[in-house]
Amino acid sequence: MCGIVGLLVKKPKLREHLGEWMVPMLIGMTERGPDSSGMAVFTEPLGGKLRKFSLYCADRGFSWSKLKEGASRKFAQVKLTVKTNHAVLKTSSPPLDVRAWLHERYPAVHVLSVGRTIDLYKDIGLPSEVAERYDFGAFKGTHLVGHTRMATESAVTPENAHPYTAGEDWCLVHNGSLANPGSLQRKLEKLGATFESDCDTEGACRYIHWRLQEGDTLEQALHHAFEDFDGFFTFLMGTHDKLALVRDPFACKPAVVAETDEYVAIASEFRSLAHLPNVRNATVFEPKPSEVYSWSV
Amino acid sequence: MVRVMRARDAAPVVFDLGRQSVRELNQFLHGDLKGVAAVRVENPDGAHSIAVAVDAPVRIEIGGHTGYYAAGMNQRATVIIEGNAGPGVAENMMSGTVDVAGFASGGAGASAHGGLLVIRGDAGLRCGISLKGGDIVVGGDVGSFSAFMAQAGHLVVCGNAGEGLGDSLYEAVLYVRGDIRSLGADAEVQPMTADDVATLTQLLGAAGLKHAAREFKRVGSARKLYHWNADANQEY
Repeated sequence: MCGIVGLLVKKPKLREHLGEWMVPMLIGMTERGPDSSGMAVFTEPLGGKLRKFSLYCADRGFSWSKLKEGASRKFAQVKLTVKTNHAVLKTSSPPLDVRAWLHERYPAVHVLSVGRTIDLYKDIGLPSEVAERYDFGAFKGTHLVGHTRMATESAVTPENAHPYTAGEDWCLVHNGSLANPGSLQRKLEKLGATFESDCDTEGACRYIHWRLQEGDTLEQALHHAFEDFDGFFTFLMGTHDKLALVRDPFACKPAVVAETDEYVAIASEFRSLAHLPNVRNATVFEPKPSEVYSWSV
Repeated sequence: MVRVMRARDAAPVVFDLGRQSVRELNQFLHGDLKGVAAVRVENPDGAHSIAVAVDAPVRIEIGGHTGYYAAGMNQRATVIIEGNAGPGVAENMMSGTVDVAGFASGGAGASAHGGLLVIRGDAGLRCGISLKGGDIVVGGDVGSFSAFMAQAGHLVVCGNAGEGLGDSLYEAVLYVRGDIRSLGADAEVQPMTADDVATLTQLLGAAGLKHAAREFKRVGSARKLYHWNADANQEY
């Protein structure tokens, strides 16, 4: 069992409430996922060649200032913002160069996400603890994808927490379980993907991203997924300007959507949406199985 | 300390789940309800297990959306859900009435032995799975695999039915007004009898719905799965 939550605000002036509205949504899913939790927030896009790298290091004594010094010597327009054991590195240097340098010089630092809009935080602990540790309540932006995890098929570790990412400005969270993650991984590794965890969800995330890179629309990519994924899933996905939701053909895992003129909110259960402003007048519906739902910023 | 307002007249006892726990509510409902005609539940906000295992002829109004298993195992009570219901509403109901104003999620009325479940909106997948004698009336559509292995009772669908309707059906009878995407193994459309018209008219009347019984088709068991057939080679 896991909990998923997503929120997209429709009006620019509401973007400052994004994190404040989301935290009770995340905490509402504690019983579905008390082991670990994570959040991807999509913000105003960076301009030009600037990219953001959300980084994580398990070692709380890690010297982020040294990493910043090294990065500043090597790369252009470097900025680093640290939140406990996570940091967001901004630079205009080529993403592949930055990744390679981080991998070589700082193997203990994991790149959680890369893009012009996405920041990502994930860690073990109760959702309330993780939300407080990384100050989720202060997040501002256009949309969010969050997850609370109850581990069933791999260990409780920060890297096995969701959201998962691949490429740039793409993330996915999962409620359910896949029975064929090994074959998905082997297929994708042959195509050049590198896996960083042993959670079944990583394969799903990288598979859909691969299909999108091949030129599929999200709908086409998910139809391929229906054919190749063996298992149960409700997936919530984020791109730089979209939230998308899909449930497996048996609708094994729950999802409910509440939409008003101001926001679209998605959660595994209504109890995570009950606090939202004006939710009593929202259009509330249960997404149908095998249908792709998406909402744009 | 249970904060309840118990009026001498017929005013309902009010529980506010914004301030009180589901456990307080349910313990009250499981206690001596002599003199209590009605209970009103405010701010249910999708909480689980609201009004489960009630065994009293009391009216319970729930002023919003419920989470998993609302009114499960109900006996004799009339439970009115003014919003939508989460998974497993009225599962294993024995008697009484559960009435959902909005939609119901998966497994509505699963394994119900008796009573009447009315869902005025759509019902999700597996509605009435393993139905054992209860009656379910759905104002809208039902999702796939509804009435799977349903043994007794009735499922009335005023809208459309999804895939695999009535798969491995025993003696429950299904009435569908709209389209059926597909029938499950051993389920078949059968002629409506005068008894069917009478039963269906009574159920629609009990739910306060105005459709005419003649607009519906009957789905029942072909009874071919009742006996093992070695020659079928596992193909049904």
